[in-house]
Amino acid sequence: MTERAWRNWYLIPYGIWLVLFVVAPIVFLVYESFLDLDGHWTLSNYKSVWTPIYLKMMAYSFWYAFLITLVSLLIGYPTAYWLTKTRHKQLWLLLLILPMWVNLLLKVYAFLGLFGTYGLANALLKALGVGPRQLLFTDFSFVFVSVYIFIPFMVLPIFNALEELPPSLVDAARDLGASAWTTFRRVVFPLTLGGVKAGCQAVFIPALSLFMITRLVAGNRVITLGTAIEQHFLVTQNWGMGATIAVVLMIAMAVIVILTGSGRKEGSR
Amino acid sequence: MKRMQAWGRVYLLVVFAVMYMPIVYLMYYSFNSGGAMHDFQSFTLKWYRDVLSDDRLLIIVLNTIVVALLSAAVATILGVIGALAVYYVKRQRTKNALLALNNVLIVSPDVIIGASFLLLFTIAGIKLGFTSVLLSHIAFSVPIVVLMVLPKLEEMSPTLIDAARDLGASHWQVLSGVVLPFLAPSIWAGFFMALTYSLDDFAVTFFVTGNGFSTLSVEIYSRARQGISLSINALSTLLFLFTMLLVIGYYVLSQKGGRLYGIGGRK
Repeated sequence: MTERAWRNWYLIPYGIWLVLFVVAPIVFLVYESFLDLDGHWTLSNYKSVWTPIYLKMMAYSFWYAFLITLVSLLIGYPTAYWLTKTRHKQLWLLLLILPMWVNLLLKVYAFLGLFGTYGLANALLKALGVGPRQLLFTDFSFVFVSVYIFIPFMVLPIFNALEELPPSLVDAARDLGASAWTTFRRVVFPLTLGGVKAGCQAVFIPALSLFMITRLVAGNRVITLGTAIEQHFLVTQNWGMGATIAVVLMIAMAVIVILTGSGRKEGSR
Repeated sequence: MKRMQAWGRVYLLVVFAVMYMPIVYLMYYSFNSGGAMHDFQSFTLKWYRDVLSDDRLLIIVLNTIVVALLSAAVATILGVIGALAVYYVKRQRTKNALLALNNVLIVSPDVIIGASFLLLFTIAGIKLGFTSVLLSHIAFSVPIVVLMVLPKLEEMSPTLIDAARDLGASHWQVLSGVVLPFLAPSIWAGFFMALTYSLDDFAVTFFVTGNGFSTLSVEIYSRARQGISLSINALSTLLFLFTMLLVIGYYVLSQKGGRLYGIGGRK
């Protein structure tokens, strides 16, 4: 084989994979979204999306995803910041993201015990004199568990952005008389915005489509777009409607990604 | 490094405590002779015996490991070929288009991947079960391997290849003698990432698994929906120890490769 033939050969298996598992599923999903329960061509699914039930669900879904992203950022940024200041930072970072490798379902399951009526959280509340509260199956437990799951995805890109920040810039700001806070606000934060964006994307998009957390710890009180898709595909078998919600979600995601830009590139600038 | 402020330490300590709390909590109660995740009664290994004598569960564990190893191996091969394909494409626009398509499966939420794969397998007439789970695990691991191998490939000095070619090496000899050994750390890292993604995946598997076939995540989900059972705790402790071994392996390899890259993406 010539050099050129080799190069083209690599494209064949990879191209087949791209067509079969990236292009085809999207095409089928869009196609299915135009089918009704009997398999007839229809636009009714897209009409249903504009009914109050689905609009409300979408609004809730976005609101919760926003809340989860915001809380993750508020907790994650200081974590990443202080992590870069530790002596063995790579090791600490590894320890922080180690829980990511624990099966997601197990972590969520653990909260059934932690947040249970007699669990540790309620024991703590009791000791503080707040008394036992209903924690499980509430919006609070949903947001808390989601933030718990997503924190590493927020910390990692911010940590990398902070690492790439030249320390001389911070020194220069301090030498010129800026206070620690001003230095942070005017120099450190703007220069790590790329990492923040990447982190927010990495949290917001999956947060839109959670369904196992809502099922397990939010007691079906919180219905997100993810829950709705799962419901339509696996429970009510209304694949057309499920596909329509998936298509709407994909479009929404694409818009978000385009609006916020690619965070990674800016982070390394 | 500058000295850390005291409250920075406290802050990190709290974050770490919260991150590890659920895992420690699970492990602690796996030894509880009482049946719940509160009121520790006395130490017992009963739940471990339950797990180890549960044939159905052991088959599921075996399924999970077989799917993970097979899918990671195939995805690594496909991913390396993919990275080489992208690397050799000369036109920047084609390259960007390929990378954009590559990233679709990384940025898409699991539910959408699951639902669209379910459609794919149904339309293609593939029976749901082992095959469909294996194929989808391969499918979502390929782009990760590509993304981990490609930077290393771009980093490789072209003079290395030129030198080999000048000395008369064929393309295959260049590939097997120069390029692949150079890429080895990132290929291994990609393999481990694929392995952990496959072991960890729930949402996609949940969609494409049939009635007869189950993986650990799916099994844990259906058990957890029925409430607390301490055999899940015992199982989680065993899994945690196993994962630790994997992570240590991955860490050692990625240290050789220079940095901890590519972590994250799937949840």
